[in-house]
Amino acid sequence: MVVEPSKLTSLTGKSRSLSERVIKWFFFSCALLSVITTIGIVFVLIVDAAEFFSKVSIIEFFTSTRWSPTIKPAEYGVLPLISGTLLVTFWSAVIALPLGVASAIYLSEYASERVRAIVKPALEILAGIPTVVYGYFALVYITPLLSKIFPSISAFNALSASIVIGIMILPMVSSMSEDAMRAVPNTLREAGYGLGATKFHVSTTIVFPAALSGIMASFILAISRAIGETMAVTIAAGKYARVVNPFNVGDALLKPIETMTAAMVEIGMSDVTGDSVAYKSLFAVGLTLFVMTFLMNVLSQYIKSKYREVYQ
Amino acid sequence: MSRVVVGGIRDWKDFGFLFLCIGATWVGILSLAALLVYVFWDAIGWIDWQFITSPPSRFAEEAGLYPSLVGSIFVITLVGILSLPLGVGAAIYLQEYSTSSFLTKLIETNISNLAGVPSIVYGLLGLGIFVSTLGLPHGTVIVGAFTLTLLILPIVIVSSQEAIKAVPDTLRHAAYGIGATRWQTIRSVVLPQAIPGIMTGTILALARAMGETAPLIMIGAATSIFTSPRGIFSPFSAMPLQIFAWSDLPQREFQHGVTPAAIVVLLIILLSMNAVAIFIRHKYQKRRR
Repeated sequence: MVVEPSKLTSLTGKSRSLSERVIKWFFFSCALLSVITTIGIVFVLIVDAAEFFSKVSIIEFFTSTRWSPTIKPAEYGVLPLISGTLLVTFWSAVIALPLGVASAIYLSEYASERVRAIVKPALEILAGIPTVVYGYFALVYITPLLSKIFPSISAFNALSASIVIGIMILPMVSSMSEDAMRAVPNTLREAGYGLGATKFHVSTTIVFPAALSGIMASFILAISRAIGETMAVTIAAGKYARVVNPFNVGDALLKPIETMTAAMVEIGMSDVTGDSVAYKSLFAVGLTLFVMTFLMNVLSQYIKSKYREVYQ
Repeated sequence: MSRVVVGGIRDWKDFGFLFLCIGATWVGILSLAALLVYVFWDAIGWIDWQFITSPPSRFAEEAGLYPSLVGSIFVITLVGILSLPLGVGAAIYLQEYSTSSFLTKLIETNISNLAGVPSIVYGLLGLGIFVSTLGLPHGTVIVGAFTLTLLILPIVIVSSQEAIKAVPDTLRHAAYGIGATRWQTIRSVVLPQAIPGIMTGTILALARAMGETAPLIMIGAATSIFTSPRGIFSPFSAMPLQIFAWSDLPQREFQHGVTPAAIVVLLIILLSMNAVAIFIRHKYQKRRR
């Protein structure tokens, strides 16, 4: 029989002295700090964004197609930045999601325990490399390489940034999807093999669908990470805010763009003062970014809990 | 976990699929290898004692990493001192004290949401709270340390919770059975068992903090600085910021010399931190058996 520690400790080990209670309150305030952090983030973003929106109308912010906060006449249209962010996010997902799932299938279904023990941590090193290093790698190694294939490519371009962000989020997808696939019980696989299925069929028609909720959750988290990624796009993708036409792939990928995060770094590094509209616009863009990633994270948690298959 | 070895490769579809999956895995591995090989190759000849001990310079031969190296170590040490007690404290509350499942669930959901907030937004938090509201000086060590502490706290809390969860209940029952209070049980039974796990998670989180750039830019840390910080209210730079500043320079000596050298120094420190974390985990797993 297992006694719930909470039940047990309500009988014994009660807070008997003042110091016991003080200690408990200290630990409680530590836990509360995380809630205060969230409130702080929301508060800071909303208060400063509200000041920004008292100067620049919210309609202009979301409909104007020009972003030039530090060059007069200043214009604050977030659309170019959102389009830049979505472009890089989309193409990095095109790279990372299929590769991540395929790696996960290999590691979970085919690889021997020894191969897995080496390859999985090696892939996870990719996630631990600082993003500034990816930015440098894209600018100094990948773009020159790409210019051999696409001679018209700019020194700063969306393609190189998309590639490195794809590499960066790949281990998130492969690791989390692999965990989800390994949680699929062997009895399901055995049932497939018993019917004469090959490993290909078992992987694609039994394991993959059974692990789908975990795989989808990993996709969304990886996409959310790509949306918030900052340094790679700041260094490699240029600082040219423009509304991207996603269907003109060549123009979109081979020329400079600016994402929301890169625009924030640009303002952060410029010498705008604390009470200027440009400074406040930082928080309006930050709030937009926060809302986008927050919704993605909530969606990921929802999918995970709602469609979680619990196997014994 | 053992895998069933029936149903192996039987037709071209099987073979093609396996080939694709192995190929995809190789893309990741080869990207890592290419990144490391290129960066280390370019850094050869540039990392020397002069590079480690000099301030940055516009002449590649004289440029060094010293102020940002000291800045990084200084800030990360403070982050460690701040985040360890706060993170472990929160984990202890959630695992050992909290009796309200609603409150626990609320805080845990909140922590997992915080872990998904982009790091640049933490920079805005630091700017809005510590600089604008509390009036701490812009771009200083203390503001950087506070901001990065908030950034990694979710990771420290979750890994500490895992470590505390792994301590068997029988040990707690034994302590309560001989009349220990809850804090006595935590201090002398739970924590000693959980410390290796807590340390592993905290070191990995600190490595993450050491590689962060964007939040430090937002709080106004210098991208390139000539003197190392003298105190917690000094302005500072950190290695990723210096790398960012150098990667912007068009000269070949910087693009293929000084910048990769700084990256190698940073990667060596990060990989050593990871190695220490893995070593602690490994030693701990052995001891438990």
